[in-house]
Amino acid sequence: MRRAAVLLLLVLAGCGTDDESEPAAKPRLVVSAASSMTEALTACSKTYAGASVKLSFAGSDELAAQIRQGVPVDVYAAANTKLPGQLEQEGLLDRPVEFATNQLVLAVPATSGIASVDQLGEPGVKIAIGSESVPVGSYTREVLSRLPADQEKAILHNIRSNEPDVKGIVGKLTQGAVDAGFVYVTDVNAAGDSLEAIDLPEKLQPQVTYAAGVVEKAKQPEAAADFVEGLREGGCADALEQAGFGRVP
Amino acid sequence: MTVRSAWFPALLAAALAATIAFLTLPVVAIFVDSSPRDLIDSLGEPGALDALWLSLRTTAAAMAVILLVGTPAAYLLATRSFRGRAVLITLIELPLVLPPAVAGIALLAAVGPSGIAGGSLEALGIELSLTTAGVVVALTFVASPFYVRQGIAAFAAVDPTLRDASRTLGASEARGFARVMIPAAMPGLAAGGALALGRALGEFGATLMFAGSFQGVTQTVPLAIYDRFATDFDAALALSAVLVAVAAGILLAAKLVAGSEALGRAAR
Repeated sequence: MRRAAVLLLLVLAGCGTDDESEPAAKPRLVVSAASSMTEALTACSKTYAGASVKLSFAGSDELAAQIRQGVPVDVYAAANTKLPGQLEQEGLLDRPVEFATNQLVLAVPATSGIASVDQLGEPGVKIAIGSESVPVGSYTREVLSRLPADQEKAILHNIRSNEPDVKGIVGKLTQGAVDAGFVYVTDVNAAGDSLEAIDLPEKLQPQVTYAAGVVEKAKQPEAAADFVEGLREGGCADALEQAGFGRVP
Repeated sequence: MTVRSAWFPALLAAALAATIAFLTLPVVAIFVDSSPRDLIDSLGEPGALDALWLSLRTTAAAMAVILLVGTPAAYLLATRSFRGRAVLITLIELPLVLPPAVAGIALLAAVGPSGIAGGSLEALGIELSLTTAGVVVALTFVASPFYVRQGIAAFAAVDPTLRDASRTLGASEARGFARVMIPAAMPGLAAGGALALGRALGEFGATLMFAGSFQGVTQTVPLAIYDRFATDFDAALALSAVLVAVAAGILLAAKLVAGSEALGRAAR
């Protein structure tokens, strides 16, 4: 009963509008994808041939939690390989594959005086990062941990918000609520002229790899497998590349 | 009773049963799998206690503002008639129907760093976004209409002869307001206060957008629940149960206050 109630709640909360005008022949595919792919996947899903795609974007960790609670999803595409790997081990996701890479950058408003990570520890600098459980947050902590201890401490001291997903960080940046934030280069591209990306030094850059898989309880397993394949080649791969994602070697 | 007249009461009963089931099932589900032991364990975690303490502090601050400013404002709107009164009331009620995300955007656009009043606030050295004060602003914005709206109705419902009597006995309006009108309107005010308190305690969207999420500074219980949802569903459930218990306690207390005031008046 508890499961049923939770499921009901999540379905009520998570589902958007039902589009009943879709032709019956196309399978309806529900894709849970990391926030950082919002622009790229929204663009390509409109012309996606294999299925009528319904997208649900949130932090990869929130989406994984929904799948654990039994929310009916066909495809799970995350901003790391760890969460899909965990779901696979729990028997909830079928053989996830790596499909794209991304780059963590320091994002600042276009008018900002900040030009490097070295300035982040200065007094009064306000920073937003991802919360610990969302991939962008754990990549960021990985970067910070590679800095000298006193610099890491100074930066952590300047963090004003731990956002649940990259969109939250970008919003705080574009509104001028913070001076800097760690996001993906694709987020800065998507934000247009308002934000500037500062590349991280080579030795700080974490390996950011996205992975996706077919959810075990998928209602459309075949169409879902095609969609996952399309993230690597054809399908939505071009849209991802245009948005600034890298191809997996 | 004939068969023909029985269908309507049956329909009413069915509607009530559906309402109760729909509204209580999710709340019951929170408690089904979180034992008292889980609740205590979840509170043992420092982040949870920080969130609870922050929620109580910010909600109390928001309620203080709402009661101090909202009560006289509601009194004025209830006891005077002037041009544009209906428009004012509608403006006050507007945040009631705003989605929380809109409230968050609106606050950023108004008093955020690049908002229309952001520059003036900055000149005064006031910083709201990403601060505890910002949480209080967000809570006050979304919760106050619940109180003011109910307050207007409560003051308007007070028998005018009661107010006039205190006037003819020589009491100033301020004295009449404090000694006659507020006690007379108390059940309605308490109900409005309870609604506003519940809304403030549960505020999520506007807080996250305007004030962000930082443990001990802006991460209230609803934000802490969302944070835990991804990593530890049981902890999220337990923290939810705590919030339900606190909210239920507040609602019950408000009902008792309203009830005893009403009884006290009747006995007088």
